[in-house]
This record gives sequence, structure tokens and C-alpha cells, in this order.
Amino acid sequence: MNDEENGMIRLNEISKVYGTGEVKVEALKRIDLEIKKNEFIGLIGPSGSGKSTLMNIMGCLDTPSSGEYYFEDINVESFNHNQLAEIRNERIGFVFQNFNLLPYATAFENVELPMLFMGVKTKTRKERTMELLDKVGLAKRAHHKPNELSGGEMQRVAIARSLANNPSLILADEPTGNLDTQSGDEILAVFQDLWHQGHTIVVITHNPNISSRAQRVVKLIDGAIENNGA
Amino acid sequence: MLYLLRMFYRELRRQRKRISLTIFALVWGTFSIVILLAFGEGLNRQMKIANQGLGTGIVIVSGGQTSIPYRGLGKGRQILLRKEDVELLKNKVPGIKYISPEGDRYANTLTLGRKSFTERVIGVYPSFEEMRTYYPQMGSRFINPVDLQNKRRVVFLGTEIARRLFENEKPVGKTIMINAIPFLVIGVMQDKIQNSMYNGPDVDKAAIPYSTYQTIYGDEYIQRFIYMPEDTARTSAVKDDVYKALAAKHNFDPKDTQALRTWDTIEDEELFDKIFLGIQIFMGIIGGLTLIVAGVGVTNIMYVSAKKRTKEIGIKMALGAKKRYVLFQFVSEALMISLIGGAVGILLSFLTVGLFKALPLEGDVADLMAHPVISADIMFLTAMILGVIGFLAGLFPARKAASLRPVEALRYE
Repeated sequence: MNDEENGMIRLNEISKVYGTGEVKVEALKRIDLEIKKNEFIGLIGPSGSGKSTLMNIMGCLDTPSSGEYYFEDINVESFNHNQLAEIRNERIGFVFQNFNLLPYATAFENVELPMLFMGVKTKTRKERTMELLDKVGLAKRAHHKPNELSGGEMQRVAIARSLANNPSLILADEPTGNLDTQSGDEILAVFQDLWHQGHTIVVITHNPNISSRAQRVVKLIDGAIENNGA
Repeated sequence: MLYLLRMFYRELRRQRKRISLTIFALVWGTFSIVILLAFGEGLNRQMKIANQGLGTGIVIVSGGQTSIPYRGLGKGRQILLRKEDVELLKNKVPGIKYISPEGDRYANTLTLGRKSFTERVIGVYPSFEEMRTYYPQMGSRFINPVDLQNKRRVVFLGTEIARRLFENEKPVGKTIMINAIPFLVIGVMQDKIQNSMYNGPDVDKAAIPYSTYQTIYGDEYIQRFIYMPEDTARTSAVKDDVYKALAAKHNFDPKDTQALRTWDTIEDEELFDKIFLGIQIFMGIIGGLTLIVAGVGVTNIMYVSAKKRTKEIGIKMALGAKKRYVLFQFVSEALMISLIGGAVGILLSFLTVGLFKALPLEGDVADLMAHPVISADIMFLTAMILGVIGFLAGLFPARKAASLRPVEALRYE
């Protein structure tokens, strides 16, 4: 009972196969993984080891070829398009390597977006947006567009956006990959803060400092877990 | 809604090129079809009006030469018509609504003060007005039965003659000299365009009562007479009766088609109607083709842009946008583009047509060509069809993108 309440996500023999017929690529091979609430996981592994694929499945951006994925103890397979969108909107926050900000919208509008999809009232939404930007130290840059921001600033906007609907799970796919070392460390520090505030965090990274910051490091090689850090 | 408008504005700035291209395609498509059809319809109407310049539903008869020997009379005999023939037909042949003789003299000197012109004068009955569209301008009239009965020296001037003689003065009530005989001007013809005629356009003629004409010139014969059947469907029967009555009177074979020359404008009108129909079909085909070309243009731009925005759709879906939100955004955008394009196209068409109407164009070609008529039905239909095409062309790729798994849409660059 206690265990279930603390469970964030659970992967049960998750496989992902790309292509069909002769040119099949097995990106994930029967992955079993459990992540509890308020864990800070560093997901590491060489290129092509299946880290991003795993993260996309965890984030409901992609579906596994086989296996079961439980998000907060609910099998995601049973969800339709809209329910998945709701989960992504309310429960999960994404941070991407290439930021994935809308280029024509200001920092403010980018952060506002998930709340807009949820239907948060205008006044609350505006206040919360400013609050979030303040939290990542970008209140002054609120009305700048992504191309007017530095890489580190863009990633902080993306983090602010991922927090918009106060999700339980934050997934970050190489958030420091496009940043210089100093900015990367700052970003990792932000994740550490968020973890301390009670969020569950999964970060894919090459940054060697992760092991010193994360609570647990999961290593993936050739689509299989080599070390689950537990 | 406000948010969408703002997004649209932003989108407009961001994708200035593609959106302005789409709008341009819509504007151009709407504009070219509306203008094409407006000018076509204008030409059609002007031709019809010009065709009515001579009069509609009338038959014009003049004397000819016999080509068949008849009752001991040789061929080649000239048949000359008289006023009495007209009276005979009026009494004998049923189904004639109006009939009028026309005496016709050229080289008459019309004088007002020091101005003098040489023009044609015709002598006619009052019914000539209705048959040959000699309609008077405001504040004037055509020859009436009293003029005819009393052999009054009154004249009804063709528009051109009145303009040349009187310039800016009012002609009605003034006296002009015709071959040194004073005539009172009772009316001036409304300006008209005329594409079929004999002995020149009507605007260059002066009409006087036939009785006056006969008295002055002493003519025994009339150049022609004109009649209008009561029922155009019975024209050929009336024509036969007229021919037979005159054949009996003038002693020629009723089968002799050369004895009288008959000009049946009703037949002409049927032919013209066919030509009009042909022009309309032609315009319709060209319009349809233009519509397709414009449609392809709009489709292309919409399709490419929706494709290009797959990544944006991916980002939004990753952040939790539902399919219907993504679609709603695209649909409202496509609608706005269509609306703007259609509206601007329509506006531009109105402006162009207005401009043409305001231009002081004169001459035969301008009379026929420079009177475009916008058909509201066609205009809205065109704008709507293009709008719907553009809309669907934007909707389908957006729908496809929104049905992808977010990870696939995100990967799209």
C-alpha cells in the first residue's frame, strides 16, 4: 500500500522496435524500471543507447511496441489521444535539449501555453507565469522572444514552462546538451532545487556532474539497463 | 478568441511571406473571376441594349423587284409601296399591334441661327416611337396623332442633331428651319446605342409627322414600313398574311421572295440570344478554369505551410494541447486568411468596376466594353469556393499532423 502511494512510474518489460521486417532496430529491450515520487534520476548512457526513446515513452510522447507502462499506477495503454494530452499537460513537464520554444512567442507566452491548454483563468495564468519566470530568474526577460535570449536563458524559459501546471514528473532530455559548462551547471542546479521542492525529476545527460547531484543514476547500454542505481 | 487574434497577428508577422502569398492568391482569384464575369456580363447587357436600339419584335418591309412572272406580268418589275398599303394592312391583317410608314429623305438642311447641318429627315406615325425606340427625353415628347392629323410642322430630333444644333441650350419649344421651312421642336431622343441600323444611326435623324412629310415633299411612295406583331410567337403567320395582302394588291406572286424585302428583327434576336448564351458559357468556362488555377495556388501555399508547422504542432501537443485545440487554431487561421483574401478581392473588384464607370470613356468599343456589371452571386460564390478550398487544404495536413504521435511531429524540421 505504502509502496503504491509512492510509485510515480513503473515500466514492465517495455520494448520499442523501429522499422519492420528485415531492418528492425530494437531501441529498447524489455526494460523494467520503477521510479518513486520525489526521486531525482540521472539517466546516462552512450548515444543510441535508447535514452531518448525511453524518455519519450515515459512522457507519453510515444508508445512502446510491447510491455506495460504505469503512470501513477494507471496503465497508459488504455488512454486515448485526449487523455494522453491531459496527462502531458497536467502531470508531466518536459525540457528538451533543443528547448522547443515557439519561436514567434515571447518567453511569457511560451510559459503561459500549458496553462492555456488547461484552461486556467487569465488573471491566475498571468500571475503564475510571472511567478515562474521569476523563479528561474527571467522576470526581466519576460517579453523577449527566444532569439533574443541566450541558450541558458532559453532553457530556463523551457523549465519555467515545464513547471506551469505544477506537474508531478519533470522529464528533461539532455537539457544541458546545447549549453556551455557554466550554464549547464546552473540548469542542473535548478533541477536540484526543484527536486528539493518535491518534484520527481528524470534527467538524461552527458554531464558528468549529474552523478554528484542526482539521487540515483540509471545507466542504459544498447537498449537495456546496465545499472539501475538502486 | 482574443488570444487567437493575437496569435494570428503574430503569425502574420512571422510568416508574412506565406500568408501574404495566400491572401494574394485568394485576392487575385476572386478579383480575376469577378472582373472577368463583370465585364462579360457588361458586354452582354450592352450588346442586348444596343440590339434594342433598333427596336425589338419588329419587321421592316421595303419594296423590291419581282423575280417570277405573274399573271402575264414579266419579272424584274419594281414594287413601290405607298401609304395606302399601310392603311390596307392595318385594316385587313389581324395580329398587327403597330404599323407605321417611313418616308426617308437625305440631304435636308437643318438650320438654327447661323448653324446649319445636312441631315436625314423621316416622316412617320406616332407608333414609330414604340417600335423603333424613339423615346423622348424628360420634358419632351414624340409625334402624336394630333400632329399627324393636323399636318403640324413639328420635329423630333435625334440626340446627336440636338446636341450639335443646340449645344447647351434647351431645344424643346424652339424653332428650327428644315429646308427653310420653320419647324417647332417638340422632343429630343434619349441617347441610345444601336448596333443594327439602316441609313445611319437614329441619333442622327429628325422625325416629322408623315402627313407633314408628304405635304412638303409630295412623295407618292414610302421607302418602307415597319410593323410589330402582337405576339412574337405568331410572327411568321402575320408575315405571311402581310405578304399575301400586298401580293394581291400589287399583283405579284406571293411566293416571290424578291418582290418585297423583309427584315425580321425577331429572327435576329433569336440568333443574338444564341450568341449571348455562347458568350456566357464561354465566360463560365474561363471563370471555372481561373477558379481552379487560383484554387491550386491557395491549396499549395496552405498545404506547404501546414506541413511546415508540424513541429509547432508537435511542441503544442507535447505541452498537452488536445487535437481539437490544434485544429481549431489552424481552422480559424485558414478562415481568417480566406476572409481577408475574399474581402480584399471583392473590394478590389468593386473599386475597379467603380473606376471604369467613373472614367469618361466614349466610342463604340467603350460603349460595349466599359460597362462591367458585378454579379453578387458569382462574387460571393467565388470567394466562398476559394475560401473553402484554402480551408480544406490547410485543414487536412494539420489534421494529419495532429494525429501523429507527438514524438513524430516533434522530429519534423
